[in-house]
Amino acid sequence: MTSSPADSPVELRARSEAASAHLPGLVLSAERLAALVAPGAHGLRRAGPGEDFWQYRPASHGDTARSIDWRRSARSDAQFVRDREAQTAQAAGLWVSAGQGMDYSGAPDRPTKGARARLLALALGMVLLRGGEKVGLLGQPARAGRAQADRLAQGLIAAPRAQDDSDAPSAATLRPNMRLVILSDFLSDPGWVQALLARAGTLGVRGVLMQVLDPDEENFPFAGAVVFRSLTGRLRHDSRDAAGLREAYLTRLAERRDWLRAQASGAGWHFGHHATDHAPAVALSWLYQVLEG
Amino acid sequence: MLVLGPLGFAAPWVLSALIALPVLWLILRAMPPAPRLVAFPGVALLRGLIDRTPVARRTPWWLLLLRMMAVAALILAFSGPVWKPVLQPPDSGPLLVVMDAGWAAAPDWAARQTRAERVLSGAAAQGRPTALLLGDGLTDPGPLRFASADTLLAGLRAAQPVSWQTTLPDDPQAALADAPDGALSTLWIADGLDHPNRAGWLAALSDRGPVTVVPPARALRALSLHGGDTPSLTLVATDDAAPAILAIGPDPQGVERDLARLVPGQGSLDNGIATRPVAIDLPPELRNRVTRFQIEGETHAGAVVLADDRVKRRKVGLVGDPDRQAEGQQLLSPLYYLRRALAPTTDLVEGGLGDVLNAAPDVIIVADQVEMAEIGELAEWVDEGGLLIRFAGPRMAAYDRLIDEPLLPVMLRQGGRDIGGALSWGDPRGLAPFAGDGIFAGLTASADVLVRAQLMAQPAPDLSDRTIAALSDKTPLVTRERLGQGQVVLFHVTANAEWSNLPISGLFVEMLDRLIATARASPSDEASDDRDQPFWTPRIVLDGFGRASPAEDVAPVPASDLALGPGPDRPAGIYAAGDRRVALNAGGALTPAAWPGAIVESRALASGRDLQGLLLAAAALILALDALGSAALARGGRLAAMLMIALAGLPSPRVAAQELDPELIRAADEVALAYVVTGDDEVDQTSYEGLRGLSLALRQRTSVEPGAPVAIDLDSADLSVLTFLYWPVTADQPSPSPQAYMRLNHFLRSGGMILFDTRDGDVAGVGGPDMSDALRRLAAPLEVPPLAPVPDDHVMTRSFYLLGDLPGRWRGNPVWVEAPPAGAEAAEGVPFRQLNDGVSPVVIGANSWAEAWAIDDNGYPSFPIGRGWEGERQRELAFRFGINLMMYVLTGNYKSDQVHVPALLDRLRVEEELGP
Repeated sequence: MTSSPADSPVELRARSEAASAHLPGLVLSAERLAALVAPGAHGLRRAGPGEDFWQYRPASHGDTARSIDWRRSARSDAQFVRDREAQTAQAAGLWVSAGQGMDYSGAPDRPTKGARARLLALALGMVLLRGGEKVGLLGQPARAGRAQADRLAQGLIAAPRAQDDSDAPSAATLRPNMRLVILSDFLSDPGWVQALLARAGTLGVRGVLMQVLDPDEENFPFAGAVVFRSLTGRLRHDSRDAAGLREAYLTRLAERRDWLRAQASGAGWHFGHHATDHAPAVALSWLYQVLEG
Repeated sequence: MLVLGPLGFAAPWVLSALIALPVLWLILRAMPPAPRLVAFPGVALLRGLIDRTPVARRTPWWLLLLRMMAVAALILAFSGPVWKPVLQPPDSGPLLVVMDAGWAAAPDWAARQTRAERVLSGAAAQGRPTALLLGDGLTDPGPLRFASADTLLAGLRAAQPVSWQTTLPDDPQAALADAPDGALSTLWIADGLDHPNRAGWLAALSDRGPVTVVPPARALRALSLHGGDTPSLTLVATDDAAPAILAIGPDPQGVERDLARLVPGQGSLDNGIATRPVAIDLPPELRNRVTRFQIEGETHAGAVVLADDRVKRRKVGLVGDPDRQAEGQQLLSPLYYLRRALAPTTDLVEGGLGDVLNAAPDVIIVADQVEMAEIGELAEWVDEGGLLIRFAGPRMAAYDRLIDEPLLPVMLRQGGRDIGGALSWGDPRGLAPFAGDGIFAGLTASADVLVRAQLMAQPAPDLSDRTIAALSDKTPLVTRERLGQGQVVLFHVTANAEWSNLPISGLFVEMLDRLIATARASPSDEASDDRDQPFWTPRIVLDGFGRASPAEDVAPVPASDLALGPGPDRPAGIYAAGDRRVALNAGGALTPAAWPGAIVESRALASGRDLQGLLLAAAALILALDALGSAALARGGRLAAMLMIALAGLPSPRVAAQELDPELIRAADEVALAYVVTGDDEVDQTSYEGLRGLSLALRQRTSVEPGAPVAIDLDSADLSVLTFLYWPVTADQPSPSPQAYMRLNHFLRSGGMILFDTRDGDVAGVGGPDMSDALRRLAAPLEVPPLAPVPDDHVMTRSFYLLGDLPGRWRGNPVWVEAPPAGAEAAEGVPFRQLNDGVSPVVIGANSWAEAWAIDDNGYPSFPIGRGWEGERQRELAFRFGINLMMYVLTGNYKSDQVHVPALLDRLRVEEELGP
């Protein structure tokens, strides 16, 4: 329970209840999204516990007599063991940045980045759950089953806002062989990404970095004398000619994305970005495919 | 001073700052408006970026124009602009300032002083020898002393206009003997009226140098009184306005106020002077009260006419047989009826004819007298304008030389006529209707008036002319003849009810009033000659502004001087000699002054208008607009629209209805009890708890259901919605402001009640802190009626509970309420008196009631009382007192009125029995 340093369970529950006032909408829209993605067969391409046949292999030490496939063994002298494809559900971790910068929306008719990121996370979690995976928020136990979707939703809504503009997942919460989905705007100092990816590499964790941005952040439609202030007010930038900054800003944004993409691919991860004025289904199917692959 | 057209600049060098405006234009143009504030999470990516082309946004031209206008207005304001400035000729040489100081100068005296002061200051700066001549006639007639002008300023500031006309020394040459050489320039601040030595002075001054005359700024109006048979006022004015004339005098309560407003009639315009007659058309009662007439809105002695004997009540001398001593026989005395008829409207003098004549009456009434000793003096008096009214009577009827009796309007036959007597044929005669054009026109000849006996006149050709009232058979009842300036009137009946019932009818009074109104007021100057009153003593004198003050340090004035009108040694005012009073009034005919050979300053030019304030205000306004404009730029259009709307709302001076404290609204809504915040937290808390306890008790026991108590800060709270105020007195409580006392007095007058609690009930007998000083200090400005300890039968002792004592935390101390009216007695069969029709506005005691009533948050008493059951009993009684008090406050003397209940029940019972 890393993401809920609440004062007391009672308070946490009270806040969850308050937050869950608009929970059904989130769940519904997430379910609608999840229905668009057909959960395909999803073998682990190795032997292990499962339903489907994987291979026959010669029995070796340690195999019990029960495990020998006598029908196959009868055709030859050696004893064979019938392996099944491992279909043990994979544990997937979801992490949504709780930085205050995620509360930004450039226009009143667009959702905030945080809302979109939570929507994507929950929808992805539901798809994964429907696929039989174990899903949990990063730092919380991953479980399977439909009831976990409700828990995910509650956990996402109840996650406390960070004090700072940005937020970083704790590398210590990674578990071996899990899949990780990181949803953030990656606008602040992304030094933590390197540390996370390094740790993930050692643990065999793979995953996706998803950058969620507002169109205003992608296009920088400002001009004139503007004082830019981060949402917490800790960062300021005075500009007398905001339009003149556009090129430099977009260059920096592109540089940031290239860097993130390079880091991700270097660790075997994927990097994608999503603008809140685009349909969330696109991002969701991309995520699904990337995780499936 | 730089002068451009009608504009003058006191500090023209400041205008050079206007050169800087173009530079300012460039600077201001480069100065951008405030940047937009944008919340943007991508700031991190922007850090360190440098504006590639930091070209600022240009200030919009209109904002620029506003700022330039503001700066220009400031520069112009500090350059001391004056619209149509007064240009003092930069001449040198001696200067003489002549200031008319008569009453006509009073209305704008301050402006005159300012003008003279300005000139003197200028002269002092230029070092010119200067003299100041005040035309008040009080300066000593020696030569004028020319000195440095600043030595004259004190005298100028102390100068006051006088209540006579401007008086200049008689000999201009002698006065100017000390004038320095060189052309003497003169500034004459004139009052617009001609006065005796003016022409001479003007000629003398014109000879010596230029004379500049400052004419008066405003039209002059004066009021004067014309005596005579019907005194009237005359309003003269140099303009065509006709302001009302106020008749001022004590009302029946003795308070000086406007008794009536007289409207001037149609006037005539002659040579620029409008003259309007003003009739003093007032009932005698009102007219007799008038002490002065004044032109409305004019404050100078000429606008005031002090009322003297000419306007006042007529003085009537009664001459007759002295009253008989026995009471019953007084009704037989003719003087009794005359006295009753005349006393309300006239001053009566009684006595022998000689005494009466000495009192200089306006009217002498002689009841049934013949062979009067001072008949010669009387005839002389009538000849000079006196009104003699004679009544017939048995003595006259029996007088054998009646035909020779002087001072009768008609010749009378000896012996009277009896009509309707026991031995006569006819019936008593009624009155013929009064002639429509006679003195009694309009009076109704009442049919009830019957004449049984009369004196008959000798038939004569002019008898009918002299008859002003007759009986139905045309025989005269009242006859009149003019003798010299006076007149003689004869009633052919007695002044008592012996011959007729006329004296006991209302008609008698009306007839006498009519007759007396025709009497001329005694002319003062004539009367003063032959009486031994050579000097008149001033009683009340007026100053130049028409304000009356008691006469001090004014010597008595010889009678001969009085006719000359007011002057330096005889200010306008009331002068008395013996019983007679005469007013010396300043106002009279206006003679406008002409100024040949002098420069008359045009009034429009006389005072330049200082534009600095206006320009500064304009600059401030423009800067405010600039702030709004900048805000609009920074915040976008919607905010600008809002601000524009706000701006449009700004100029309306209407203020929204006065905001009432919501707490007070609640108090009015819930009949909440209120207490005064003393500043002592403990006392305030006790007050709150006490009133809370009392509210609870009221809620439980009565239909009064007050809300939570309200704390009242006297300096700010509006008391008009409250009914009851608990005021604990503490020693160091600050006195409320005068406004607060005004509100408190209004609160008391409009039925509110204050319970003063000095909380110092001396329970231990050792004498605690005595709050009476603090109470006295706090309550002194309140309109508190006379107080008395609560009497046993006060309605407060039985308005809800029957109470003997009114205890609080302490007991046995007297409680004070408004004193009952003196002489109130209990009605028969009622155990208490009818007292205090109304609610006592204050209740004062020392029993610390709030402490007895106080309950804490848990509903338990906050303070212990006494010991054990006794104490609880006392607390109960304290609550009962509180409930009685609130009932008294809320229902007034309703309980007192319940004494009528038995009578009402009785009546109901009777009606029931009588009914079907």
